[in-house]
Amino acid sequence: MIELFNGIKVDWIGKRQLFFAISIVLLVIGMISLIQKGKFQYGVDFRGGTTMRVHFNDPVPNVDKIRQALEKGGATHSQIQELRDPAGNFQGNFQIEYGGETSASDAATTQGRKIVTAALDAEFGAGKSEVLSSESVGPSVGGDLRRQAVMATLYALGGILVYIALRFEWIYGAAAVFAVFHDTLVTLGIFSLFNKEINLTVIAALLTLVGYSVNDTIVVFDRVRENLKIRRRDDLESILNDSINQTLSRTILTSGLTFLTVLALFLFGGEIINNFAFAMVIGIVVGTYSSIAVASPLVLIYSKVRGQGKPVPTVAAKLPRTAKAR
Amino acid sequence: MSKRIRTRLIVIVVLTLLSVYLFSGFPPSIENMKKRINLGLDLQGGIQLVLRVKTSDAIRAETDQTIESVKTQLQKENITFGEMTRTQDDQITATGVDPSKSADFRRIITEVHPEWDVASSTGGGYTLQLKQAQAATYRQQSVDQAISTISNRINALGVTEPTIQRRGATTSDQILIQFPGVKDPARVEDIIQSTALLELKIVDGTGSFPSEEAAKASYGGVLPGDLESLPSIERSADGSPLYYVVHKTGGITGRDLKNAYVSRDPNNGRPAISFSLNSDGAKKFGSITERNVGKLLAIILDNRVQSAPVLHERIYDQGQITGSFTQKDADDLALKLRSGALPASISIDEETIVGASLGADSIKAGVTASLIALAAVLAFVLIYYKASGINAAIAMFLNLIVLLGAMAYLGATLTLPGIAGVILTIGVGIDSNVLIFERIREEMRAGKNAASAVLTSFNRVFITLVDTHLAALISATFLFLFGTGPVKGFAVTLVIGLVSNMFTAVFVSRTLFEIVLARKEVGESISI
Repeated sequence: MIELFNGIKVDWIGKRQLFFAISIVLLVIGMISLIQKGKFQYGVDFRGGTTMRVHFNDPVPNVDKIRQALEKGGATHSQIQELRDPAGNFQGNFQIEYGGETSASDAATTQGRKIVTAALDAEFGAGKSEVLSSESVGPSVGGDLRRQAVMATLYALGGILVYIALRFEWIYGAAAVFAVFHDTLVTLGIFSLFNKEINLTVIAALLTLVGYSVNDTIVVFDRVRENLKIRRRDDLESILNDSINQTLSRTILTSGLTFLTVLALFLFGGEIINNFAFAMVIGIVVGTYSSIAVASPLVLIYSKVRGQGKPVPTVAAKLPRTAKAR
Repeated sequence: MSKRIRTRLIVIVVLTLLSVYLFSGFPPSIENMKKRINLGLDLQGGIQLVLRVKTSDAIRAETDQTIESVKTQLQKENITFGEMTRTQDDQITATGVDPSKSADFRRIITEVHPEWDVASSTGGGYTLQLKQAQAATYRQQSVDQAISTISNRINALGVTEPTIQRRGATTSDQILIQFPGVKDPARVEDIIQSTALLELKIVDGTGSFPSEEAAKASYGGVLPGDLESLPSIERSADGSPLYYVVHKTGGITGRDLKNAYVSRDPNNGRPAISFSLNSDGAKKFGSITERNVGKLLAIILDNRVQSAPVLHERIYDQGQITGSFTQKDADDLALKLRSGALPASISIDEETIVGASLGADSIKAGVTASLIALAAVLAFVLIYYKASGINAAIAMFLNLIVLLGAMAYLGATLTLPGIAGVILTIGVGIDSNVLIFERIREEMRAGKNAASAVLTSFNRVFITLVDTHLAALISATFLFLFGTGPVKGFAVTLVIGLVSNMFTAVFVSRTLFEIVLARKEVGESISI
């Protein structure tokens, strides 16, 4: 039997000050980056405008040539970028972000695409470039979507809080949700730090991480619940520590395996899904960390604040019937 | 083999075969699979549009119609009044109504137009306000009508398998349109933009002006409140559009139109467009045209004058538009009038175009990433858990098969993020197995024999799995509610994956363990 993490006895909870320091540093780095840059790098779906991917047949012009063509056609200040496939090869694909004036009305949503296409055809000849994809979003729509994304995340957190509070005790729900909220903030901070674009699929990744990170936390809390029932005399700190250690092999193994799968996605899934995969890669690391280093210490701190350091009861929940019957 | 195990095995085999059949048909083949799994636009290429219906147009049109109707009523009952104008989209102000006829005025409104509230101000002035509930109904109707009109048009043009539906709640004014495989955005936009707001209004004066300024100048610099100047598709010598000055009210809109078709001008045999009006429109149009014989009738699409033929006679429910049309012009205009009977104009909120080659690339990249992930995870569990790893691998494959089968059965759409969802399902699936296996190892270390370790572990871990899966379902559900297009596809994959994983991790994996245990001597260990 290969065993990697058997019999580990680490005093996780005792290191809580160190963990909190690490979390605060991570959060502060993200915040400073965000303040310095002023705002997140939003995708076209959140800010409005036009982003296109264009493929050039031979001869492939360079970025400067394309810029000149676009400026001639009225699409000034456009951002042009070479795209590479997962193996790092350049195959004549460019990403163009239309930077010209867009009138404030939604009537002109597709104006950017038309101007860019016309400018490229005028300079390089019709049929020399091919639109691989184009995404245009009206200026008033982006703000709506941003607000909806924030609301969806908050509702999901609220739902999870209520669920865990019902199954355990409210403090466990609060600690789990706080840890997940921490994960979301840290991930967003890292996105800001690396100038990664935040778009709808990244929000999807964040919401998935919320579920995933809570998953890890629940596995630990579930063990705490079980241990509290059989070790009524032990103090909460040692029960929390033992529960983390007992589930540690599972936590590291599954996080490691899930990390492997999203790493495959990040490396081989192609450029379109890259930001999504990046969020997952970061989020799984942070999520695993926080379920050990943030959620459980919070439960302990709460019980200390209440004065006794005695275990907080978890048995608000009844066990599912199927489990009892067997 | 005990009866319990046999029953469980039958359930598993039947479900597996059913799933395989659902997503790949019989006999299973890649061709069948392509037919049965819906690919999202991001994978198969195509155009997606999110349109917004300018519902305030519909409200304004309703308000203008009410003004006309009230004016007619007042004249019929010989009630004098000063002016009656639309002061807001849903508000009418009337001035100088004969004070002695105040009760009559109110009676007309409450009887003929109960959807309006009346408030009076001093000196025979009144404000009419459209009731909120009624306005909401009009808005909703205008979106419904827009959807059916656009559907008709698109179906007439023969686009294959288009999606046309309201996006979001029933009060939403957005329409989602998807054209799989369509490559030409210009044509699609033409389809949408020619489904536009139609109005027939009386021209003030006898012809067009070379510019907007010239039009205003002829009225002393400022147009009177009930007139407006509109550009025409006709061009002056220098290429700029001509302008017409038309009466704001007293016309009819697209919703009064019943039909339009190409016909011939009886005088010279040239192509012309004949139209017919519904009964409401006919009544209104009859009285308008009677009063305006000899004047020009502006045919306006999207606030642009298409043509302004002379009204030769009073028109009831039939009319003919003549001019120097070519056959194609006439075809187009008839089509626009027919399907252009939209209650409001439409703007584009979002447009997404995905070329077929990019979609194919995405599928290739997604499949590659999935296979690599699968291989990595398989290699790990087989090395780490040995024989029990086979158990986990079978559970994982079954999970994928059930996931695909359920997606085919539900008609769910597989998108690029959806493929990511499949990969995550591999990860989450293996998580459940690791959770169980680690627990079994722990119980065995604590001295339990294999059989009782397996039993205890499954019972205990079942509770944990319910909690973790339900919590993940909560966030996936909000993702589903919030997301559209690719993101929704991701949420669907995730939800189905969570449910099927619950089945494979608990039911399938446990059955496999029981089979292994049944073949062993009591007290013999297992390979884990």
